[in-house]
Amino acid sequence: MATHIPVVKAILSANDAVAAENRAAFDAAGLLAVNLMSSPGAGKTSLILATLERLPPSLRAGVIEGDIASTLDAERIAARNVPVVQINTGGACHLDAPMIRSALSHLPLPDLDLLFIENVGNLVCPAEFDLGAHLRIVVASVPEGHDKPYKYPGMFQKADAVVLNKADLMPYIDFDLSAFQNGLSILRPGIPLFLLSCRTGQGVDEWVGWLTAQLEARRGDHGR
Amino acid sequence: MHELAITQALLSIVLEAAEAAGARQVTAVELTVGALTGYVDDSIRFYFERLSEGTLAEGALLRIRREPGEGRCQTCGGAFPVEPPLLPACPLCGSPDIRIAGGNRCIVERIEVEDGDPHPGGEGHPQRQ
Ligand SMILES: [Zn+2]
Repeated sequence: MATHIPVVKAILSANDAVAAENRAAFDAAGLLAVNLMSSPGAGKTSLILATLERLPPSLRAGVIEGDIASTLDAERIAARNVPVVQINTGGACHLDAPMIRSALSHLPLPDLDLLFIENVGNLVCPAEFDLGAHLRIVVASVPEGHDKPYKYPGMFQKADAVVLNKADLMPYIDFDLSAFQNGLSILRPGIPLFLLSCRTGQGVDEWVGWLTAQLEARRGDHGR
Repeated sequence: MHELAITQALLSIVLEAAEAAGARQVTAVELTVGALTGYVDDSIRFYFERLSEGTLAEGALLRIRREPGEGRCQTCGGAFPVEPPLLPACPLCGSPDIRIAGGNRCIVERIEVEDGDPHPGGEGHPQRQ
């Protein structure tokens, strides 16, 4: 005979449990882990490179590069003598917490202050999978248009900050900044927004300043 | 595309619950899916049908309840359901000062099963992969 069994379990609870372990590993190492999410081509790798360039020399960063198939981005990072692990998702459109867990053994975690996780370029799926990072950053770019928060609310709703890259193109493109900001404030009132250009360097210092302040705040919280 | 991973996670939750209950067959699965998750019902059904082949959940009916996001206007206090793409302003008074809550959950609420065979070794259980 038929029986009903209540389950009431969040569908990604298994992923979330691993994410919590990852977060504990990051906390134990005293580092700040940052999950960078965007559409393809918004400039996640460029943002990482621009950030590495302007990071105070006392801070050491590592990178986990998620990519569907190529290792091009990882090579660009490795050329800067930054520890980098490549995760090829083999077609999957997002990183998940177990993938990050496997990558961690290849990184010198205790030596790192910052860990950038470059997610696979996609504005839907990566929002669903907690990786254990402390911060989720959405990287949008001016040529994509100002309607992204309206079309991908799930992604922006979970963001801790938004970087709007390619801001130097603003005069040439029909991008309504106030509409973009309005969309953000509907989803995440008060969320930090960085207008930035990796190409010209505009706004990068403000972003790096915010990021290092986040790291310091986190270390303060953990009594370091 | 991410519905594949979502559906794998869904199936493993369903099978775990079914096995814990000693079920012979899962006949239905009830899901709550938030409107802001971006999950496509048909895509979940498609993957579920294929992934569940040869498991206790093969042929189970998926009942998907969509949970809308809720918009609340800070100006007029009105509430309204929200689906992407978002409206840039309150549909009731036109104020852009709105807030969105909810719509991000994806929960397996319950499953419906046929009870276990009291005489194991009979016609045999459907094979798990
Ligand atoms: Zn209103």
